[in-house]
Amino acid sequence: MDLGFSEEQEMLRKTARDFLETECPTSLVKEMAEDEQGYTSELWGKMAELGWMGLALPEEHDGMGMSFLDLAVLLEEMGRACLPGPFFSTVVLGGLTILEAGNEEQKKEFLPKIAAGEAILTMALTEPSASYDPASITVKAVPDKDDYVISGTKLFVENAHIADYLICVTRTKDGAGKGEDGITLFLVDGKSPGITTTLLKTIAGDKQCEITFDNVRVPQKNMLGERDKGWPVVAKILQKATVAKCAEMIGGAQAALDMSVAYAKERIQFGRPIGSFQAIQHHCANMVTDVDGSRFITYQAAWKVSEGLPAVMEVSMAKAWVSEAYRRVTQLGHQIHGGIGFCMDHDMPLYFKRAKAAEPTFGSADWHREIVARELGL
Amino acid sequence: MDFKLTPEQEALKKEFEDFFEVEMKHEPEDWVWGLEGLFSDAGWPFNVYMAKRLAEKGWLVRPWPEEYGGCNAPMIEQLIFGDVLGYYCAPGVDPLGVGMIGPTILAVGTEEQKKEHLPPIAKAERFWCQGWSEPNAGSDLASLTTKAVKDGDDWILNGQKCWNTGAHRADWCFTIARTNPEERRSKGLTYFILDMKSPGVSVVPIESMDGSKHFNEIYFDDVRVPSRNVIGEVNGGWAITQATMNYERSSVGIMSGASRGLNELVQYCKETSLRGKPLSQNPHVRHRLAQLAIDIEVGRTLSYRVGWLQEKEDIMAAAAAACGAKVYSTELWQRVAFTGIEIMGLYGTVAKGSKWAVLKGQFEDLAQSTPGYKLGGGTSEIMRSIVAWVGLGLPRIK
Ligand SMILES: Cc1cc2nc3c(=O)[nH]c(=O)nc-3n(C[C@H](O)[C@H](O)[C@H](O)COP(=O)(O)OP(=O)(O)OC[C@H]3O[C@@H](n4cnc5c(N)ncnc54)[C@H](O)[C@@H]3O)c2cc1C
Ligand SMILES: Cc1cc2nc3c(=O)[nH]c(=O)nc-3n(C[C@H](O)[C@H](O)[C@H](O)COP(=O)(O)OP(=O)(O)OC[C@H]3O[C@@H](n4cnc5c(N)ncnc54)[C@H](O)[C@@H]3O)c2cc1C
Repeated sequence: MDLGFSEEQEMLRKTARDFLETECPTSLVKEMAEDEQGYTSELWGKMAELGWMGLALPEEHDGMGMSFLDLAVLLEEMGRACLPGPFFSTVVLGGLTILEAGNEEQKKEFLPKIAAGEAILTMALTEPSASYDPASITVKAVPDKDDYVISGTKLFVENAHIADYLICVTRTKDGAGKGEDGITLFLVDGKSPGITTTLLKTIAGDKQCEITFDNVRVPQKNMLGERDKGWPVVAKILQKATVAKCAEMIGGAQAALDMSVAYAKERIQFGRPIGSFQAIQHHCANMVTDVDGSRFITYQAAWKVSEGLPAVMEVSMAKAWVSEAYRRVTQLGHQIHGGIGFCMDHDMPLYFKRAKAAEPTFGSADWHREIVARELGL
Repeated sequence: MDFKLTPEQEALKKEFEDFFEVEMKHEPEDWVWGLEGLFSDAGWPFNVYMAKRLAEKGWLVRPWPEEYGGCNAPMIEQLIFGDVLGYYCAPGVDPLGVGMIGPTILAVGTEEQKKEHLPPIAKAERFWCQGWSEPNAGSDLASLTTKAVKDGDDWILNGQKCWNTGAHRADWCFTIARTNPEERRSKGLTYFILDMKSPGVSVVPIESMDGSKHFNEIYFDDVRVPSRNVIGEVNGGWAITQATMNYERSSVGIMSGASRGLNELVQYCKETSLRGKPLSQNPHVRHRLAQLAIDIEVGRTLSYRVGWLQEKEDIMAAAAAACGAKVYSTELWQRVAFTGIEIMGLYGTVAKGSKWAVLKGQFEDLAQSTPGYKLGGGTSEIMRSIVAWVGLGLPRIK
C-alpha cells in the first residue's frame, strides 16, 4: 500500500500546476465562462504540445501510454485551475470510448487526431429525462441502406456546439424493452446536416448543449462497437468519467481550501487574523477532512479502475462522497471569505459554481447511494 | 498510489482473522465490545484471556523491537492488525499499556525502565491506567494541580485524578504532577509511573451514563514514588504527554468496528419487515445505510493515511491527520449507533438481556457510549483546533 504519488506522477502534477498557473489564470476562466466557444485554441494547442490529450492513450496511437490513474492526477490539477474547454469531453468521453469500443480503423483514424489536439469530441448520452440509466435512451437510429438515420433530442451534452465528432448513444431496437439491450453507439460528424445545437446558460458557464437530431445520416462504418450491445461500453466509460470528474472536483476543493486558509491568515478583524478565531479554525478543520476524505476515496476508485478491477461500489462511494464534500467545502469557503467572496470578481465563486455543476453530473449523491445500497445487498 | 496489500500482508491478515474467528468463540454470553465489555466483572477475565493469547502469539506489541517482545513490524502491518481486531470487536489489547505508556517508554525511557516495564506489557502480565485528567483540568490539562514534592530519593504525590479508565483493574498508572509550583502551566510538570498497590493510592468507581463502571477517580494521598519512576526530565513532563498522545491514533479499529456494526445492520434490515415490507426496501433506510458504508470507506482511507504518514515520519502531518481521524471516526461511530437504533424504532431502545433486544442490544449500548468517545483522548473541539494549528498553520492566540 502506498498513498503517495509516484515520482512521475509528482512531476506530472508539478508541471501541470505550473503550466496552468501561468497559462490558465482565473481571469481566463471567467472570460471563457462568458465566451460562446468556451476555450482558446492557443491554450488548447499548448496542452496538445505537452501531450496531455494523448496522456492515457497508447503510444501506437501517438499517445503517451500512461495510465488512467495518471490521467486522474492531471485532471485534479485541471480542476484546481478550473480549466475551461473541451479536454474532459474530448479525452475522457471521446478518446477513452473509442479506445474501449473502436475497431482498428477507427482507432487509427481518431486517436492520433485526439492526441494531437486536432479533434474535439463529446458524448451525446443524456436526454431530457436527465438520467444515466439505459432506460432513458430513446434517441433512435434506424438503418437505411449503408447508413443509419438518427433522430431525437439529447440534452446536457458538453461542448456539442464545438465538437468535431459526437459519440451518440442511440436505441436501435424497436419495441425491445427499455433496458440495456438495443443500445448502439455512433461516431457522428458534428457538422452533419440535421444537427442543431443550442447552448444552455448554466451555473458554471460550462458549455452544456441541447442537440436535436433531425434525420441525421451516419455511415454504418461509424458504428462504434457492436450493434445493440453498446450499453456495457457506456457503463464502463461512465465509471471512468465519474472517477475522472471526482478527480477534477478534489482539485477544486483543495484550491478552495487553500484559498480560504490563506485568506484566514491575512484578513484582520478585531485586531487579529480571522484565522485565529476558533469558529474559522473549525471550519477549516472540517474542510480538511472533506478534502482528504475526497482525495483518498477517489484515488482508491481510480486505482481500481486503472488496474481493471471491479469498482462499481468504489466509484459510487467516491462520487456520492465527493459531490457533497465539494459542496460543503465551497460553502465554508464562502463563509470564511465574507462579503468579498460574494463578488463576481473573486475566485471563490468559480469553485462554488463548479461544485454545484459537478454534483449532478454522472449521477448525484442520491443516485450513487442507491447503487451502493444495491451493492451492499439491500 | 497503490491500495493493495502484498501477498504476505494478505496472508498475515488471514492469519489474524483465523485467530480471532476461533478465539472470539470464548466470548462470554451477552458480551458486547466497549469500555464496559473490557472492564466489567464478566468482561475482564475475557479481556485478560485474550491478552495472554495474543502475547503467546507474539502479536501484542508487534511494532516493538525484538528485545522487548515485538518483531519490528512495519506500520502497515499494525494497521492490518488493528483493522482485524476492530472488525472482530476483540478485547485483549490494553489501550493504555500497549497503546500509550509502552511506546512512550520505548521512545523516551531509560534502559532500566525499558527492561523493567516493557516485557510485562508484551507478556500481558501488567495492565495500566492513565491518571491525567483532574476535576478542574480536562482539555486544559496543563492547569493540573496534583503535586509532587521531592523527599530524599522519592517523590511524594498528592492530588485527585478523574475519568481514569480501568484504574480499578490496573497494576500500574502513568500520571503527571506539578513539581515546580513557581512555574505556571506546562513548565513545571513531571511525568511519573507508579505501582497502583503503593500505599496512599485509592480508586473510587464512577458509573458512566451507559451504566458501565469502567472509569474512576484516583486519589493520591502521600504516595511515595521512587525517582527512577520519573519518565524523562523532572519538569519536562509536558513534552512527553504530547508524545504519548500521538501514538497509534489512526482510529483504524473504530472504522472496522463500525463496518462490522453496519454489516449486522444490513443483515437485520434484510431479515426484518415493517408493515409487511422488508426494511431493506425502504428507500430512506437504504440511503442511510449506504451513506454509512461510504463514510466508513472514507474513514478507512483516512486512518490508513495516518499510518502511512507516520511510516514516512512526517510527524506533524501525521499528528494533524490523526486528530482529524479521531474526530471523524468517533462522530461516524455515533452516526452508526444512532442510525441503528433509529431504524429499529422502539426495539432499538431495548437493552441487552431481554428476549426483545435486537442484535444483543449492542446498538442501544453503543449509542450511549459514543458521547464519551468524542470526549476521551481529546475532545472533538480540541482535535479540530489542533488540525487548524498544526496542520494548517492558523494562528494560535492565547
Ligand atoms: C449580499 C450582501 C449585502 C450587503 N449589504 C450591505 C449594505 O447594504 N451596507 C453595508 O454597509 N454592508 C453591507 N454588506 C456587508 C456585510 O455587512 C459584511 O459583509 C459583513 O458584516 C461581514 O463583513 P466582511 O465581509 O468584511 O467579512 P469579515 O468580517 O472579514 O469576516 C470574514 C469571516 O470571518 C468571520 N469572523 C469575523 N470576525 C469574527 C469573530 N470575532 N469571531 C468569529 N468569526 C469572525 C466572519 O463570520 C466571516 O466568516 C453586505 C454584504 C453582503 C454579502
Ligand atoms: C469515556 C472516557 C474515558 C476517559 N478516560 C480517561 C483516562 O483513562 N484517563 C484520563 O486521564 N482521562 C480520561 N478521560 C478524560 C478525558 O481526557 C477528558 O474528558 C477530556 O480531556 C475533556 O476534559 P473534560 O471532561 O474536563 O471537559 P472540558 O475540558 O471541561 O471540556 C468541556 C467542553 O468544552 C470544550 N472546550 C474545552 N476547552 C476548549 C477550547 N480551548 N476550545 C474549545 N472548546 C473547548 C470541550 O471541547 C468540551 O466540549 C476520559 C473521558 C471519557 C469521556
